[in-house]
Amino acid sequence: MTELVSVRPEIVGRGAQDGARLFREWFQGMTDVATDGGRAAYVFVMGSLSEVLRVFDYPMVFPEIHSLQTAVRRTSLEYLNQAEDVGFSPDICGYVKADIALQLRHGEHPMGRIPPPRLAVLTNACNTYIKWAEIWERMYQIPIFTLDIPGTRKAGGQTWPGNGDFENDKRYVAGQLQELIAICQEQTGQRFDIDRLRQVMADTNTMVRGWRRVLELNASRPGVFNALTDGTIYLGVSNAFRGTAAGARYFTELVEEMEYKAAHGIGTIPDEKHRLIFVGVPCYPIFRRFNELFTEWGGIFVSSTYLWFASGGTNLGFEYDLSRPLDSLAEGVLISVRHAMDSMFYQDRALVEMVERFQIDGVVYHPIKSCRTTSAGLADNRRAFMQATDIPSLFIESDMMDPRVVSEAQMKNRIDAFFEGLNARRLQRAAG
Amino acid sequence: MISETLLPIAPVDGRPLDDILRSLVDAFEDTTFPTVADWRRQGGKVVGHFQVYFPEEIAHAAGLLPFKVRGAPVEAVHAESRFGSYLCSILKTSLELALAGTVELDLFVSHPICDAARNLAAVWGRNVAYPCEILYLPQNANSRHAPAYLRDEYGRLLRGIEAIAGRAVGEQDLRRSIAVFNENRRLLRRLYAIKRQSPWLLAVDEAYVLTALGGMIPRDQHNDLLRDLLPMIEARPAHPQDKIRVVFEGGFCEQPPLDLLRAIGQTCYVVDDDLLIGLRWLLEDVPLEGDPLLNLAVAYLEQSSYSPVQHDLRKPKEKMLLERIRASGAQAVILSAAKMCEPGLEDQVGYARALDEAALPYFISEFEEKMTSFDQLQVQLETFVENILFA
Repeated sequence: MTELVSVRPEIVGRGAQDGARLFREWFQGMTDVATDGGRAAYVFVMGSLSEVLRVFDYPMVFPEIHSLQTAVRRTSLEYLNQAEDVGFSPDICGYVKADIALQLRHGEHPMGRIPPPRLAVLTNACNTYIKWAEIWERMYQIPIFTLDIPGTRKAGGQTWPGNGDFENDKRYVAGQLQELIAICQEQTGQRFDIDRLRQVMADTNTMVRGWRRVLELNASRPGVFNALTDGTIYLGVSNAFRGTAAGARYFTELVEEMEYKAAHGIGTIPDEKHRLIFVGVPCYPIFRRFNELFTEWGGIFVSSTYLWFASGGTNLGFEYDLSRPLDSLAEGVLISVRHAMDSMFYQDRALVEMVERFQIDGVVYHPIKSCRTTSAGLADNRRAFMQATDIPSLFIESDMMDPRVVSEAQMKNRIDAFFEGLNARRLQRAAG
Repeated sequence: MISETLLPIAPVDGRPLDDILRSLVDAFEDTTFPTVADWRRQGGKVVGHFQVYFPEEIAHAAGLLPFKVRGAPVEAVHAESRFGSYLCSILKTSLELALAGTVELDLFVSHPICDAARNLAAVWGRNVAYPCEILYLPQNANSRHAPAYLRDEYGRLLRGIEAIAGRAVGEQDLRRSIAVFNENRRLLRRLYAIKRQSPWLLAVDEAYVLTALGGMIPRDQHNDLLRDLLPMIEARPAHPQDKIRVVFEGGFCEQPPLDLLRAIGQTCYVVDDDLLIGLRWLLEDVPLEGDPLLNLAVAYLEQSSYSPVQHDLRKPKEKMLLERIRASGAQAVILSAAKMCEPGLEDQVGYARALDEAALPYFISEFEEKMTSFDQLQVQLETFVENILFA
């Protein structure tokens, strides 16, 4: 690895470095908006509607991102405590509570300052989005807009263009998009510019192509990026820079990096032994350490359902038809966000299909206290996966925000035992 | 028709009201859900629908029994392993009824009311042989496109139900069912009028059971019962007691144990509540003329109650609660939430703030459908009531 890095150091590791830089700039941008007394559109990762909001030049805040960053920076507990002090239950979403405390602190954040909302745009991909926005509605008396996206009605029951049920869903989504555009026009005083929308959609298409390609390239052996750590950086860029030239450039270059690594056999860890899939949301309070518990055994996460649903279903690769932008936007939002939801509720089938292609040795399920959307069905999904394959799996519970429910020692015991099992299994198989 | 061996059948001439109510409570508390089994024994088919609202008229029109799946005070022996920790009880016990074979269904339908429940259809579907699906009720109630969307979503549901029933359902079938449910809604409104106007005539647990039975037996039969019993209740020889008038808020999904309601009833008249609000979601008659599915869709959006799991700009929940308090003449509120119920717990904060501003006393609590000890709660509640009575 070292030898090849010296050949093209400008490529290997560029995605992680540029991603970190973009995020520092993004937080600085937020701080500048806040300092100037500006406000932002608050949006969520599963259906951010960046395509529409960028046309109206809204600065966009992703509360999930600024909340998780309080955990990564090891400050989440003080935020959680502050929200609980004003009456919010210990048993609700930690992202919500960290954000409430941030609002009470007038945007104060370890990475800068977050401007208050001017408008909140959310989808129903997570019900907590709706409850969360209701809190801003009361704190700031701002308009909130729920883009309601009907999801898959039953396992394997997705409908597609031309089907009557799909067309009903699409008409509903398209109608709501028109209503959102009307709200944005009224609030900003700007006219809706369809050509600007086309440009934003074109940049989004580039990012979507790149994202899908990057995820596919991790089928290479050794894996070219760690879906848990590197992947989270890429994911952040895919959300915060969606529909921008900077985002499009980033993913074009990321594909170049990953293709280079795949072609030259450059792995992301020195000695890859076990190829894993991560299912759920990362353990942000001990983000790096959590990953080390796996890499110390030569484990690498080559895929993660987090990169599917938290990218708003971008991994499906839906690209907009720029010749019919609004119609295609409705179609794309419907199909992609629906796919994000499927990745949380029906991911067992997709995992089974990945086992062979990605040469999977194990699956790690990580349900968390804070998020019922992603966690409530994981035990049953795991049962289904285990019935369909003989791939070992690990089920460990903790949290994405609250260090009070993260027990590193207990997790380490479970993870160590999991890897001992994987190693024993490998030896048995080698022995015939 | 559910047989008389399981519950009193109208007309109930000659039987004392207390005896009848006791029998109905027994039928309700039987966690084997014998009325559903009886329906199946007679060859009937059953659509199980999870909380909160379901357009039961559509199942009824096809001759199916719409059964409200609302959990039960049972141990989740089979279902526990299908879920992780930090979840409300109703999800687990509802699935338990299916996995243990307690309740046999021909179709299970849920609506993604909350983050936990939206997983339920997928989990259920992986564990049973009959179809399980999601009914996507609009979560953007303020879109002018919502009624048309919901009309067609109901049409999709109807097609699935027709397949199970093995017959087509025409507009006249739907209108007949809407008429049955309109009458049911009128009768339930009359029941709640008794609670508000003369709460000493009907204990909170009795009123609750009378309402809940609607989700367990054919609605025509429920109408017959209510039609017979309401005049008897109105003529009951009971007198007002020294209790405070309260609204109970927090029973929209997981249901509090009957004994908890009885404990509250020791010191309070529950003059209004959101218990099983889905059965009372539509506030007015649904028109019988015109497109029945569109009428049901419009009624869901335009003539409906409120709950923590529906966002509607026209129905800010604090304002709706204050209106419920005002309309019922309540002196105080019991703000409750099922354990681990995110929507309920989140709304408690806003409710508490609004009640503080309105200078209305409130009592905050949590419950679980399986809880069995109420002593501590009763002591706290008595103190709360005394503070109001002797302020």
